[in-house]
Amino acid sequence: MPEVTYLDADELVINMGPQHPATHGVLRVKLKLDGERVTGSECIIGYLHRGIEKIAENRTYQQFAPYVDRMDYVAAVTNGMGYCEAVEKLLGAEIPPRAQYTRMILAELQRIASHLLWLGTHALDLGAMTPVFYTFREREEILRIFENYCGARLTTHAFRIGGLLYDLYDGFEKEVRKFSDMFLGKIDEYEQLLTKNRIWLERTQNVGILKAEDAIAYAVTGPVLRGSGVKWDVRKAQPYEAYDKVEFDVPVGRHEGWGDTYDRYLVRLAEMRQSVRIIRQAVERLESGPIFGKVGKIIKPPAGFEVYHAIESPKGELGYLVVSDGTTHPYRVRVRPPSFVNLQAFDLMARGHLIADVVAIIGTIDIVLGEVDR
Amino acid sequence: MADEPKAPSEAQGENERPASAGQPAGSPAPIDEGSRATPAGGPSPPANAPAPAAKPPAAAKPPAKPAAKPDPWTSPLVEELQKRFPGAIRDPLIFRNQPFLTVAKESLVPVCEFLKSEEGGAYTFLTDETAVDYPKRPQRFEIIYQLYSFKRNDRLRLKVLAGEGEKVPSAAAIWPAANWLEREVYDMFGVVYEGHPNLKRILLPDEWTGHPLRKDSDILRQDEAWVQANLGIKSGQ
Repeated sequence: MPEVTYLDADELVINMGPQHPATHGVLRVKLKLDGERVTGSECIIGYLHRGIEKIAENRTYQQFAPYVDRMDYVAAVTNGMGYCEAVEKLLGAEIPPRAQYTRMILAELQRIASHLLWLGTHALDLGAMTPVFYTFREREEILRIFENYCGARLTTHAFRIGGLLYDLYDGFEKEVRKFSDMFLGKIDEYEQLLTKNRIWLERTQNVGILKAEDAIAYAVTGPVLRGSGVKWDVRKAQPYEAYDKVEFDVPVGRHEGWGDTYDRYLVRLAEMRQSVRIIRQAVERLESGPIFGKVGKIIKPPAGFEVYHAIESPKGELGYLVVSDGTTHPYRVRVRPPSFVNLQAFDLMARGHLIADVVAIIGTIDIVLGEVDR
Repeated sequence: MADEPKAPSEAQGENERPASAGQPAGSPAPIDEGSRATPAGGPSPPANAPAPAAKPPAAAKPPAKPAAKPDPWTSPLVEELQKRFPGAIRDPLIFRNQPFLTVAKESLVPVCEFLKSEEGGAYTFLTDETAVDYPKRPQRFEIIYQLYSFKRNDRLRLKVLAGEGEKVPSAAAIWPAANWLEREVYDMFGVVYEGHPNLKRILLPDEWTGHPLRKDSDILRQDEAWVQANLGIKSGQ
């Protein structure tokens, strides 16, 4: 007997976005639906494309540095760090330890800020109103430290190729220590709101399942990869700055070989704790000394070759391929954006789920459209 | 820094410029004649690091300035590749501790499949795929694959050369991640992939003409064409 369908059996195609509050920007998802169930999807991106890679070819190495802040605009510090390090690697320059530890502290603060923004909005998408007020309260503290350090809160342009432009202000260490002491208790507060909340469990467990082998096949990185049980972090695997000199763990999800939205939530919360650990160690190791390495004012890397440098941004592996032709302008800068690559796995994760879960799955990948579209 | 040593190094910068400007477009081979072979990258760069700017000792021996250059890369993997795919692997080099090699386009798929397999180093992770445009070379596009192996904790960069209108075999069947990455390369450079499941523009609108990351792409001309076609006036600028 054929299956009885009361509704029109035709496939329904709807557009979600680009103007949709839960798509975190201008992501448009074309959903193929059977009733309320997703049978296929297509992401349509590019609404925020600004041609960052083309801009790079028309700027000097230093002039391009502020532009990278505009890609992942909620984690500008890590963007700038990746770019500066890539050019430093191309030059073969080394930067002094004080600059390295300062970069690490700011980058880990930025990771916490990015995860806080993610946690607040992700919970908001799933109907929990309270966490966003809590997380923005702590994020504000971090942004205040950034503002005191370099005058900007979001698009910071905190670092320069070769080191730092500004030395730390008086009281920086004290403020950072105060923040890290205060913050661990705040993570517990978020956990009280969500971790054992029954609605939260219903909305996140077994939603958006990604198997480890699929995650690797789709080159997914960052908390999404670790949520699927793959213990891999650029900071551990191929350390940059002074990450090999500090102790921290790489948190993974609860399952062996796969992960769901709840796993990724746990991984990000655990990552924030690890970031606090790194910050504490780095603050202890701040010694007075130079903040700028041996890099000249005119940057002309050796011609004809390129380097690829990757860092662990809050979203995943952020890589820069910088090609030099021996002039002051980069011949080509390629940005390997974690959000863009991770978003490709969305279709895999969304199939078979309800429309309401699509919101959870977009949230759990933690994309920033400024970085997806560049 | 005193003026004395700075002046010669600046003059030297001028000398070097025309030489290096012509070459990167011409040949992918090492271009500088630096007599001093350096251990590329590594922990010892301070000795030769500040290549770009005023460095007093550099003034003494002018050719030493562009000292950074790739070294030939030897490893069991390269030997194995050369044995299995004779003639397909060219220029295994290492620069700043990053190995890379050029693969003949025809052998790209078997080479990639081999590298992905266990005995080839288990490069199961295609971190990135992109292209660089060198309009003056006979084969203008250099397609760059960034591979990563969890087993070896190692990155490897593959390069494939493609001329205008030449098709490149798609890697999407080997690493699904290549799907969007190749669409982006197609979008930005107009490189056509053979066997790609869904090769269409990804970041730019479907009706866009041209490929903006090509070096000869000119947004102004394109803008003018649009204005003439849609607004009926000569130029918007």
